Order: sequence, then C-alpha cells, then structure tokens
Amino acid sequence: MTTITTGSAPPRVVDPAVAVARTRPRTTVAETISQTLSMAWRALKKMRRNPEQFFDVTLQPLLFTAMFAYIFGGAISGSVQSYLPLMIPGIVAQTVLTTCMSSGVQLREDMDKGVFDRFKALPMARIAPLAGPMVADLVRYLIAAGLTFVMGVIIGYRPGGGVLGVLGAIVLAMLTGWAIAWIFTWIGTIARNARSVQGFSMLILFPLTFLSNAFVPVRTLPSGLADFVKINPVSHLVSATRDLANQATITGEVGWTLLAGLVVIAIFAPLSVRSYRRHL
Amino acid sequence: MTATAAIDAVGLVKNFGQLRAVDRIDLEVRQGEIFGVLGPNGAGKTTMLKMLATLLPIDAGQARVFGVDVASEPHRVRQLLGVTGQYASVDEDLTATENLWLFGRLQGLRSADARAAAKRLLGQFGLEDAANKPISQFSGGMRRRLDLAASLITRPPLIFLDEPTTGLDPRTRGQMWDTIRDLVAEGCTVLLTTQYLDEADQLAGRIAVIDRGRKVAEGTPDELKTSVGASTLQLHLAPGADYELARQVVRRVAGTEPVVTPESGRMNVPLDTADRAADVLIGFRQAGVAIISVSVAKPTLDEVFLAITGHETTEDAADAEDAEDAEDALLEVQ
Repeated sequence: MTTITTGSAPPRVVDPAVAVARTRPRTTVAETISQTLSMAWRALKKMRRNPEQFFDVTLQPLLFTAMFAYIFGGAISGSVQSYLPLMIPGIVAQTVLTTCMSSGVQLREDMDKGVFDRFKALPMARIAPLAGPMVADLVRYLIAAGLTFVMGVIIGYRPGGGVLGVLGAIVLAMLTGWAIAWIFTWIGTIARNARSVQGFSMLILFPLTFLSNAFVPVRTLPSGLADFVKINPVSHLVSATRDLANQATITGEVGWTLLAGLVVIAIFAPLSVRSYRRHL
Repeated sequence: MTATAAIDAVGLVKNFGQLRAVDRIDLEVRQGEIFGVLGPNGAGKTTMLKMLATLLPIDAGQARVFGVDVASEPHRVRQLLGVTGQYASVDEDLTATENLWLFGRLQGLRSADARAAAKRLLGQFGLEDAANKPISQFSGGMRRRLDLAASLITRPPLIFLDEPTTGLDPRTRGQMWDTIRDLVAEGCTVLLTTQYLDEADQLAGRIAVIDRGRKVAEGTPDELKTSVGASTLQLHLAPGADYELARQVVRRVAGTEPVVTPESGRMNVPLDTADRAADVLIGFRQAGVAIISVSVAKPTLDEVFLAITGHETTEDAADAEDAEDAEDALLEVQ
C-alpha cells in the first residue's frame, strides 16, 4: 500500500533557469495579507480541534462577572444592581486582556514545534506567522466580551446604550485586544518557553487591569495612584466601553483607546518581527 | 555543462560563541546531481545546510544558489529551495491534505491549485489513504514522506534533505531513495546530508566529508571508498593472541594498517578487494595467530573517517552537543 511507484522515468518538469527568472525580491502587501489569513485559517482549525482552548474565554467571563458583582457590588456602589454598569465594562477589559496573554503563550508553544522550521524556510512575510494567530484570536475576544455582557444581563444589567452601544463596545474591545496582544506576542518571541511567557505576562497584566478604573471609581483612590490610573490605557478602554454600553455615546475616550492601541502596535509589532527573525 | 552551479559556496563560516561550527567550507553542487554531505552527528552538516537555506546568518564567506546570493537576497533563495529537515516539519494538528494545502497557499498558489497539488503529491507518495487523517496518527515513514511532499509543492529546483532516512526501517528507506532518484530525473538538484556511507554511496554522485566543521575530503563514492579499501576484514582474535605479530602479518600480506581494539579482541583490516582476505587468513595460520571469528564487510563511515581524519567519529558527538548548547545559549542572550 505504501509503494511509491512512478513507473517509467518521470518527465523533466523542473527548469532552474525558469525558476530563477520567476523569483521575486520581496513579498507584496497582498501576499502578506493572504499569508496572514492562511495562518489565521490554521489557527482557527487548531482551535476547533482543541476546544479546551476556549475554557478561559468562556469560564472566566461567567465566573468573574458573577463573583465580582456579588462580592464588591454592595461595598463599592451600595448594591449589585448599581455596581453592574460600572463593573461589566471593567470585566470586559479584563477578560480581553487575559485572552491576549494566552496569544503569547500559544505562540511560544507553537514556535517550538517543527512546523515553524518550515514556515521560516518558506518565502513568506515574517509577520504572517505572528499576525495570523492574532487574527484568529479575534474570535476569542468576541466570545469573551460577548459572554461578559450576556452574563451581566442575566444578573440584572440593563445597558442603557442598547444593542448598538453594546455591539460598539464589543468591537472596540476586540480591536484593543488585537493591539495589546502584540505586547504578549513580543514576549512570546523573546521568552525561553511557554511557562516563562505566562509568568512574565502576569506581571504586566495584573497592574494594568487592577490599577485602572475597571472595578472602582477613580475618586476613591489616593492621588499618586489616581494619576497612574488616569494614564493607564486600560482605563481609557474601560471608560470608552462604559460610554458606549451605558449611553451609546462615542466619547474622546474611544479616540484615546484607539490611539493607545496604535502606539502599542507601532512599537511591539516591529519588535516582535525582529525578534522572530532572529529566533532561527 | 556551463550552467550556473546549483550551489556555489566559498569559505563559509559559522561561529556559535567560541565554537566554530562551520569552518571555511567551499562547496560546489552542479545542476541535476545528488550531492551527499557525509559526517557524524554534530560535524556541522545541519548548520551548513541551514546557512544555505537562509535559516542561519552566514558569518563569513559567500553562498549562491543558482547564482542568487543567499545573504543579500534570502527571499529569492527561499523560492528556489525545498527544505526537508531532520524532524518532520509538518503541523501535527492538521491533516495531511490540510498541511499541503496550507503550504501551497503560503507560497502563493490559489486555493484550487493548492488543493490539486496536495492531491497529486499525496498520490505520488502513496499517502492517499491517509489524506484526511491527522498527522499524529502517522508512522515515522509516512511523516517523512509527507514532509518531503511538503517541500515539493512549488516544484523547487533545489531540494535540501537533512538525514532523510535516519530512523526509518530498511524498506521505507529504499522507497525514500527511489523517490529521491525520481526527483533528480525530474530535473531537481538534491543536496542531502547523511551519517551513512551506504546511503551516500547509493544515491550521491559526489560526496563531501565534513568533520568538526571542516571539509576533509570530497570525491565520488568510489574515490572515497578506495581511500579506505573496498572492504574490511573483521577479525575476532583468540584470547592471548599476539597483536603485534598479527599487525606485522597484515602489513606484509595486505599492505595496510589494521585497526586494533585489544579490549574486545577485534581487529579490522582494510582491503582493496575482498579476495585479499584469504591471503591475510593464510598469513595468520602460518604465523600461528589464532582466530575466533571472521567476516568481510564493506567499509563503514567510521572507517572512512578514521582513514581520512585519523580519529573516530564518536569523539565528535560530544562536540556536537556542545555546539548545540552554545547555540541555545546564544539565542537566550539575544
């Protein structure tokens, strides 16, 4: 069954001179996009075959939403009901950031596999193996942000921004998640192994989420801390999400969030590609 | 033929920290030939291959693939190469078809063309039955074949095979050899590394022997083998045998220097022709050297090595691990 039969001599079909003439000096933008989407397709296939990858984006929103609402609701806002409009956007930001972190961990695991040797040897854009899985991760951000809102509504959250406001908030969270994921992708390309990516990412993640306005009103914080909280991009994401979900208004916070996202991409995408190139 | 050389490398150097893994290697591979790079583990074969495949920067020297400079135009060189590594570089979570389709897409084939190429290659490599199975269910031989198939999707004119049959059973190995010969018949040039003289002998038109990063010999398989003798007489001497006397007999009768391992009572005698074995045995009988067992074998890589370099291959394994450690350390620093 495994015989490799070719019978008579195969025809000469390979002409080096033609092949050399056909080579192109670099990848075009169209090729880069197509390769990124192919890598995204690969990542989606892998997600479907390893459904345990969805545990974090499904369980975390459900658990954290319920937990935080009932534990902090009374203390911070007087009641669970009045805490929800403040907290739900915070949980959205938190779960999306946690999901970003796993992008880095998974990239690191993936890069240690043999198939990456082939990706490196292929004439493809160096950014595609990094950006592809991140495009696929948009699905995970969607699930994380969507489920948080669903859980909130189950507990009694009634978003004043209506369906459109909530959808806008989800899209903003996805875009920001994609941008911030570049930080963790970069960590993934420089760390020794997946475990160290996880450890290192936690150190970044915790201050970013908890030293923000995600769970508490800023006016209750001491002045030095409040200053940091105000410049923390996560605070902007949370404020923008609140404005969208609760009032359906697009405020300047949306602009600040997107700007912060662009800055993160501008810094960490080139760093990641450079580090990936070296990691041969 | 005056066609551009498939590979033209001059003075290639690669350092891993203090260790020089590839040391001023020159290499010329002509179009349409199978060129074998022979050497023990860690001699620098894979490192050299990775440099030529744009996977490792070249520290010094120059390499051209079909006239295209490897260092300055890596993207063009990658379009001319198919690289099949020592360990199957296919995606474990995808099926065979999905793997080939993905690699085709990544190299600019349209979806339908990539699917057609996948089907054609799976047929050619006898993998149709396993087309939709995940790779995790594949045997070692099937993985190797899929890996090679993945290198051939865009029909590159130059194929690198890094130890293509290491770990394969003899039958699968023979099939792999046939496949490699077919590639050349189609017009491909093949550069293969191997630890087995036998494999280089079967496939390669010319061979370079690499040791500790240096090229220590180059020639046709026959030329290399005559440098060690066409065959080896392997003797097991009786306990208490006079090794010095035996050595003298061999020198006088066969005119070659035997390799003696007194601890195990072994003596290997390189011979130009197997016929000379009888002369040596008669010499031993006349001199009174007692023998427990006798066999005649083709020379092994160890013997070729010993003859060319004056040391055995095993020493290099330790160096190799050092080299890899050094490489890892270097990457961590970066």
